[in-house]
Amino acid sequence: MNVTAEQVIFLAFAVPLVAAAIGVVVARSPMYAAMSLVGAFFCLAGVYVLLTAHLIAFLQILVYAGAVMVLFLFVIMLLSLGGEGQQLDRLKQLQWLGFVLGGGGLMALLAWISREVAGAEMAAVGPDFGTIKAVGRALFTTYLLPFEATSLLLTVAIVGAVVVAKEKI
Amino acid sequence: MVPVQWYLLLAAVLFGVGLVGVLIKRNALIVMMCIELMLNAANLTFLAFARQQGNIGGHAIAFFVIAVAAAEAAVGLAIVIAIYRTTGSVNVDDVRELREEG
Repeated sequence: MNVTAEQVIFLAFAVPLVAAAIGVVVARSPMYAAMSLVGAFFCLAGVYVLLTAHLIAFLQILVYAGAVMVLFLFVIMLLSLGGEGQQLDRLKQLQWLGFVLGGGGLMALLAWISREVAGAEMAAVGPDFGTIKAVGRALFTTYLLPFEATSLLLTVAIVGAVVVAKEKI
Repeated sequence: MVPVQWYLLLAAVLFGVGLVGVLIKRNALIVMMCIELMLNAANLTFLAFARQQGNIGGHAIAFFVIAVAAAEAAVGLAIVIAIYRTTGSVNVDDVRELREEG
């Protein structure tokens, strides 16, 4: 099978993405895990661009790699957590069970995907697919109620986060 | 053209890595990071199927997933801070009491 340039670009994003995701799990210090996660989010944004999801790729970097990760780093530094080396030494049976269950579930999922969706063709899409204009039109017509509910959710989350994290109101 | 199952396989690997992390890690912060990985895997699946079907609805759902994930991170991290203040630890195994000792 001949490899196209798009497939090469996909692999150039997908391989570092999986490596960074594994780095999140195996990192001993939460700070290293957070840095791996930032790398994973950037690679994922590249994959989104390949899927012609320009707005979502932009939001991925803005919201995930920007806001959410700053929040994570802020909490890690606030709690000044060390590594968990002593806990990795006593990898208990339950953790092995988790590893086996998670890995087994992953294998089942992979087998199902490769069997079910083999040979599915990508639809031809117009030039404005995934742009701010097209997604914004969908958000403000078909998905107007969920969109407004999202703003309510974010307000509740902000108030709730302050109430829970603050020592004395 | 990249076949759609490549994206789905990538999302499955990402979800599996996040699932393993949630199941084996004891640090609440890293567990939350792995949850973010799993949410991103779901997002990738939505976008892959949106691209395959030519349906913009998947992008709208991905937008909502990002918003919900941001809210989840804010509230979850606030809870982690509150737990750290109460128990002095972010180990999920240490949080097993509903009432104070004594």
